[in-house]
Amino acid sequence: MRALSFSVSLSLLVFLALPVRAELSLLNVSYDVSRELYKDINPAFAAEWQARKQERIEINQSHGGSSKQALSVAAGLEADVVTMNQSPDIDVLVERGALVAADWKRRFPHESAPYTTVSVFLVRKGNPKGIKDWVDLAQPGVSVIVPNPKTSGNGRYTYLAAWGQALQKNGGNAAEAQKFVAALFKNVPVLDGGGRGATTTFTQRDIGDVLVTFENEAALIADELGDERFEVVYPALTIEAAAPVAVVDKVVDKHGTREAATAYLDFLFSPAGQRIIAQHHFRPRDPAAQKQYAARFPAVRTFTVENTLGGWAAVQKTHFADGGIYDQIVEHR
Amino acid sequence: MAQRRKNVLPGFSLTLGYTLLYLSLIVLIPLTAIFVKSAELSPAEFWRIVSAPRVVASYKVSFGLSLAAAGINSVFGLMLAWSLARYSFPGKKLVDALVDLPFALPTAVAGIALTALYAGNGWLGKFLETPGHSIGFVLAALWRHLGGTEETAAYLSDSCAEALAGFGVKVAYTPLGILVALIFIGLPFVVRTVQPILEDLDMELEEAAASLGARRWQTFRHVLLPILLPALLTGFALAFARAVGEYGSVIFIAGNIPLVSEITPLMIITKLEQYDYAGATAVAAVMLLLSFVLLLLVNILQTWSSRRMRRGY
Repeated sequence: MRALSFSVSLSLLVFLALPVRAELSLLNVSYDVSRELYKDINPAFAAEWQARKQERIEINQSHGGSSKQALSVAAGLEADVVTMNQSPDIDVLVERGALVAADWKRRFPHESAPYTTVSVFLVRKGNPKGIKDWVDLAQPGVSVIVPNPKTSGNGRYTYLAAWGQALQKNGGNAAEAQKFVAALFKNVPVLDGGGRGATTTFTQRDIGDVLVTFENEAALIADELGDERFEVVYPALTIEAAAPVAVVDKVVDKHGTREAATAYLDFLFSPAGQRIIAQHHFRPRDPAAQKQYAARFPAVRTFTVENTLGGWAAVQKTHFADGGIYDQIVEHR
Repeated sequence: MAQRRKNVLPGFSLTLGYTLLYLSLIVLIPLTAIFVKSAELSPAEFWRIVSAPRVVASYKVSFGLSLAAAGINSVFGLMLAWSLARYSFPGKKLVDALVDLPFALPTAVAGIALTALYAGNGWLGKFLETPGHSIGFVLAALWRHLGGTEETAAYLSDSCAEALAGFGVKVAYTPLGILVALIFIGLPFVVRTVQPILEDLDMELEEAAASLGARRWQTFRHVLLPILLPALLTGFALAFARAVGEYGSVIFIAGNIPLVSEITPLMIITKLEQYDYAGATAVAAVMLLLSFVLLLLVNILQTWSSRRMRRGY
């Protein structure tokens, strides 16, 4: 009998430890480097919601590697909204358990991506190796820091930027493009797990002549460490990365939070939201915000995965799947 | 009731029941899930994934370096345990507490700290990668301090740098860096398994051996080692098991270059990033099997050695 009561109380203890849901709250599951952005977005949205609805709203954040976060949501993390840095991480929620409706890209303007960013180069002050464009990264004797394309969205964009611009230069010759990207990756001494790791390797460990990363990350480095040590170089042609967002339909229907979740994502596209986005060095969609912060975003020729490389599904299959072109390149370095 | 009385100790059925339930919930079911998931693959697919050149290279890195790290820890951990158990010295309590620190530190912190230390611009890395420069710098500074001329000082530092140019060792972002991280995280296991045995061990045993004419090495080899061996093997096995599964600290210092410094857990993570659950579990299953076989071998060795000891060696 005592054993039974012991067991019962033990199991009760476990259940009591489970958290209780607050009144109106949203969980935003997001990628790694959007942490600072949403720290500013959330209070601004909560204030707007309070003014409009006379109701308190709390927004909780979860950050991590984009694909890892998507996996958590697919596995049951109850996110009301997801804000990622590449669309495959939302598509996977359509495929697995139909958590998100298949037409998520049409729910919000600009294919449901409130902002974009571009891949740029960060070089050491004075640009001692004279790095101006992609072709300079493949020269012998240049050391290039790139996050691991297998584990990082940032790394995948870098790889695809190098590939896409080489394709354009060679009139679509894939063999030439592969040769170029292989030469570039021969110059990579360290493949860090994520974008922040690569930043640390380049800025703190003093390894590499050039770091290829997103514009917002490069701007953040300049802000944090001062402009004296590094400068940003814009290549002639680079990739534009759109950061997609979506309401997780199955979860908001369960929580009854569809209205709030939709309003939250709408806020990202509003003038106020767009200004906050621009302040964090992400390229806004709103022309007014673009104009206001024009000095931060030099004009640069870009292409996207969708318009030049045949979309993410194709790219995933030919480049990043096991035995794909990326594997062939790094295994024969 | 009569049957229950057979056990002298109380609570047998309760504890065994909990043991089985607990082991199933915590260990067996998750591990079974790995094998079930990987069974989605056909045998040919399974084999193709687990025998891909990059994956095979990662087994070599993970298992080879984990064995090496556990081996190194066995030697130096034994020494540490010995000095902690046998001698008293000022600050002993402090050293004793330091041993456990690798347990408590988040592995990512350990990885970042080690990388900062061993990178080319870190305190240790600077010296290891360009020992000539460092020695030359010190010599030149000494020379200047002694009132020597600037020219000779410059000559000293240059010639040192030149003479030792080929002797630099790169630690961070090489397999050597992985080894350093694995030694760091595995150290407490050996010390903490051997130390209590040494503390219980009567010093009279050694004195008796010495009085019977045994030399120091003979005392160690024939009296101490057989008693310590089972605990030492346990420590080795624990350190090894921890090292094989380690991800957090290694990932920062490894450099993660394909075919050179990729560990098996990284291969699993990269497959998960591509939503390739089956592929990830296939590699995990192989890893589990290899670890299990190796740990089983260590256990057999341990049983054998303690039996040998009981027979009176």
